[in-house]
Formats: sequence, C-alpha cells, structure tokens
Amino acid sequence: MHDDQETPLELTSELVPLFVIAKGRALPADHEYSRTALVTAQEGMSAAARTLTPEAREVMDLVSDGLLSVAEVAGRTQLPLGIVRILIAHLAEVGLVFVRPPTPRAVSHDRALLQAVVDGLQKTLGA
Amino acid sequence: MYLDPRVTTAVKVLVVGPFGVGKTTYIGSLSEIVPLRTEEEITEASEGYDDLSNMPDKTTTTVAMDFGRRTLNEQLVLYLFGTPGQERFKEMWEELSRGALGALVLVDPDRLDEAFPVLDLVEKFGLTMTIGVNTKDGMPKYDLDEIREALHLPDEIPVVNVDARDQQSSAKALITLVQHLMSTLV
Repeated sequence: MHDDQETPLELTSELVPLFVIAKGRALPADHEYSRTALVTAQEGMSAAARTLTPEAREVMDLVSDGLLSVAEVAGRTQLPLGIVRILIAHLAEVGLVFVRPPTPRAVSHDRALLQAVVDGLQKTLGA
Repeated sequence: MYLDPRVTTAVKVLVVGPFGVGKTTYIGSLSEIVPLRTEEEITEASEGYDDLSNMPDKTTTTVAMDFGRRTLNEQLVLYLFGTPGQERFKEMWEELSRGALGALVLVDPDRLDEAFPVLDLVEKFGLTMTIGVNTKDGMPKYDLDEIREALHLPDEIPVVNVDARDQQSSAKALITLVQHLMSTLV
C-alpha cells in the first residue's frame, strides 16, 4: 500500500447518508466485529467484489493484501467505526473476508499469554 | 502496515486519562505504526430538557479516538486504545473493556482532581489498573505515596512515574500493569 501516492477513491461518504452506505443494515449485535477482530480477504474473491459499494470495496481492497484489525480498517479508510463493522459483517457473511473474532477474556487473562506480553514488551523495547 | 499473517491473538490495553494528559503521546511512543484514529458516533443525553415534549434531549456526538499497535511475537499483537475518561463515553467503554488486559491510567500530578471520573469508570468496568504519573519532562516532582493518598488508592494498585514521550519508560509502565494483572490471577 502506498498511502499517499494512489489516487484517492471517490467515496460517497461526504454526500450520502451513512445508512445508505450500510445499505440499511443495522450494527451487528454480537461482538465478533469489535475493534480488535482481525480481518483479511478470502483468496480469489476479487471478481465477487465488483458489485460492492465504493466503501465496501475500499475495505475489501485494504484487506486484500494482508491482515488488519477492524480498528485499523476504520482508521485507514477514515470511515466511521460503526459503518466499518457493518460492512465487514456483510463481507464476512457473503464469504469475501475471513474474520478472527476478538480474543475472549478467558484467553487474554491466561498466565502464559500474559507472560508472553511481558516478554514481548521487554524484548522489543529493551525495557 | 499489515500484521504478520501468523498473528492469531490480539490483546488490548486501554490508555485512559483526562483530556490533554498525554494519552496520544504515550501511544505514539509504543506503537509500531503511526497512531491511527477511529471516529464513532455515540448518543448522549444533552443537558436540560425540551420543555415541549418533556423528554430528555438526545444528541449524537462523534468521538475520535487514537490507537496504536505493537507486535509482541509472531502470533501475538497488542493494541493500545486511547480512551476518553468522561462518564458520557461509557457506551464505548463497554466494548473497549471487554477482554481488555486492563487500563493504564495516566494522571497529571498538577491536575489530580481530573483523574477521579476516570478512576470511577475503570472501577465500574472492573478493569485492572496501574496509575502512570506523567512526569512530562522526565523529572518526577511528587512523591508517589502522596499521589496514591490524594487519589485514595488502595495499596495493591501500582503507581509509577512515566515519561509518555519515552519508549522505555512507557513500556515499563505497561509491564507493571500486566504483571499486576498476573498477580491477581488465582
């Protein structure tokens, strides 16, 4: 990705109400698409992406090259977080993206994992 | 800009504190990406009442939040979410606190009273916390025990000095938080 070199996509966000971008879909009720869920495109799905709205396609393009959190997708597309969650939920539903749900408390509060966090911080930062 | 494709686990820590305390600086010191910003809408009851309908007015506010990322090993990544500490943002705290390792509460030693609403929220959402006293110039001015007393904090909650501009100092505060969380596990 070259953030600055590419011609900016013409997004409809400025002119079109958000519920149109989201095609009237409501925010997903479950927490699968909260900001630390990880998203990447399923391989070989570019053809199916042709019928997407510009915003959904922008999300799709962004995650086609790698893995990102939902928060990063929102931050990089500058679309509101709620809209991004709706778009990703839809893209997951139709099989265009793979979503790894956020880490549940039982896993994130595991002693071995926490030790790995400490080790990782010490190693990468020399603290 | 992309994560290692082998990453399977994302953990998060909330960096909370009053406006202007140095949350974004802190996140920038630790993040491997240029900190990003999310925008989201929250609804809140506005002050006063609409006399005609006798219903409390609801208004929609856009809240911008900065966050950063640090890869800890090939499978593990840490996200740091700067989180505003006002009661009216509690809607967002719901999602943010779910599964979070805890909250690093940044306080300005010259404006300690501003920390109370933040501490209330951290407690309300049951988050493990560590207090980082932002020294700003790297020179601690106050005794940490005095700050603990002024904030009415129990002994078990760690209070450390942190220079939010400094990567090592910031990392140390985070390590203190995670080790504190480990000490609370049964």
